Amino acid sequence: MSYLLSHPGLVWQLTQEHLAMVGMTLGIAVVLALPLALLIHQVRWLALPVMGILSILYTVPSLALIILLVPWFGLNARSVVVAMVIYTQVILVRHFCVGLRSVEPAILEAAKGMGMNLWQRWWQVQVPLMLPIVLAGLRLAAIVAIAIATVGAKFGAGGLGTLLFDGIAQAGRYDKIWAGSLAVGSLALLVNTALLSLEWAARRG
Amino acid sequence: MSTVEFERVSLRFPHSSQPAVEECSFSVESGQLVVILGPSGCGKTTLLKMVNRLLDPTQGQIRLDGRDIRQFPVTALRQRIGYVIQQSGLFPHMTVAQNVAVVPRLLGWAKERIRERVDELLSLVNLPPHEYRHRYPAQLSGGQQQRVGLARALAGDPGLLLMDEPFGAIDAITRGKLQEEILRLQRQLKKTILFVSHDVEEALRLADRILVMQKGRVVQFDTPFRLLTQPATPFVRELLGADDMVRQLSVLRVETAMAGIPHNHKIQEGAMIRPQATLRQALSLLLRTGAAALTVWEDGRAIGVLTLDHIRSLAMLEGGSA
Repeated sequence: MSYLLSHPGLVWQLTQEHLAMVGMTLGIAVVLALPLALLIHQVRWLALPVMGILSILYTVPSLALIILLVPWFGLNARSVVVAMVIYTQVILVRHFCVGLRSVEPAILEAAKGMGMNLWQRWWQVQVPLMLPIVLAGLRLAAIVAIAIATVGAKFGAGGLGTLLFDGIAQAGRYDKIWAGSLAVGSLALLVNTALLSLEWAARRG
Repeated sequence: MSTVEFERVSLRFPHSSQPAVEECSFSVESGQLVVILGPSGCGKTTLLKMVNRLLDPTQGQIRLDGRDIRQFPVTALRQRIGYVIQQSGLFPHMTVAQNVAVVPRLLGWAKERIRERVDELLSLVNLPPHEYRHRYPAQLSGGQQQRVGLARALAGDPGLLLMDEPFGAIDAITRGKLQEEILRLQRQLKKTILFVSHDVEEALRLADRILVMQKGRVVQFDTPFRLLTQPATPFVRELLGADDMVRQLSVLRVETAMAGIPHNHKIQEGAMIRPQATLRQALSLLLRTGAAALTVWEDGRAIGVLTLDHIRSLAMLEGGSA
């Protein structure tokens, strides 16, 4: 705690690095997951193999996955972000699919029958109705990303993990370890709360 | 008001041995309420959905007001046809007002005009606007939801309404009320309505004409009275005759059974009846007054006559088959 208070500048900078990684991850992950979810929503038999592969990838330990990616993306934040994108796919694609399926076909047909075009049906009916589920997926993905980003410090990606790894390396710097843990935990809680309130707002309509 | 014509329309779904709709030809006059009646799986919903092109026929032509419906841009076609489905299909994330405003918004109406239209329509379907405007569909009963569904379908002032078993999931008492509402709105607004139902009583109560379907084909297209008295096939007789006579008399309207006015007709005091009255009411009036014929009276003038023979012709045929 005292470390957090005595080094606010450093902690703030690490938090920003952390958030930047998480933000970039979620941005890329959503852009990838949405078409994938739409595809397996339309072509049902693809759901099993796609979800199977994503689930298997999810079981690879994060440390191992990042190490495997380093030859391609280098020893920096990029490898870490790519790993996080891969991890969050299974969460996002599954939630997007559940969201797509949660909208009753009769409601979409009513929208069509009233003369909405594809674009209008998507933005005025499909998106608002699936939004709470999509946001729940985004929240889970964000938490997972925040956790994995911590490991990123080992690979020169910076972020709050730096405090933890420094603390371990400098044997006995428990203040740093505590500071890092507290900061990551608080960040996760904060992001969770923010997204949760968005979700509730969406649910209320 | 709109006319609808089907000309040898067939639809065969891919991978299906039987066509869902086969060689259907009929025309619906402007301002008529036509009930498409038949057992489930007979193709009645398929037939309906071809009118607003949710489905496209594999053969034949459908015309709206004399024009092939494929000549309209598909969204424009749908915006000029009201569409009501079972359990209303209201958008759960929109308020009642927003739901009703969907088509006017698509049509690009000004905000003020939309607001006025929404209030006007909610009043029309007996939902006081100030009370219901801001509610969500989940806060309404099934009957109220269906009223909103009806208001929503009417919002763009379409000439034609398509209704797909709109009251199927609603309890009997509420359904009766909604059926009365439909008849009232029909008289008031003079819309052409295609109404899918599998409920014989509902069909008899509402229809100017009933289109009976069986296995994708039109078996008979006629007034309720003539369907009962001159069924084209045993299937029609069985479909319509399943319920008992007295109940049929209590749902059939006078206007569906009346005849033209003979030139020597004398109007008898007290023996006058509204065209919307039921045959049962007509029968008791005939018995009570002892009149030979009832004068059917609307808006201060005679529009037809109804005699005991008319009613008896219905009763005898039905009695014979029972």
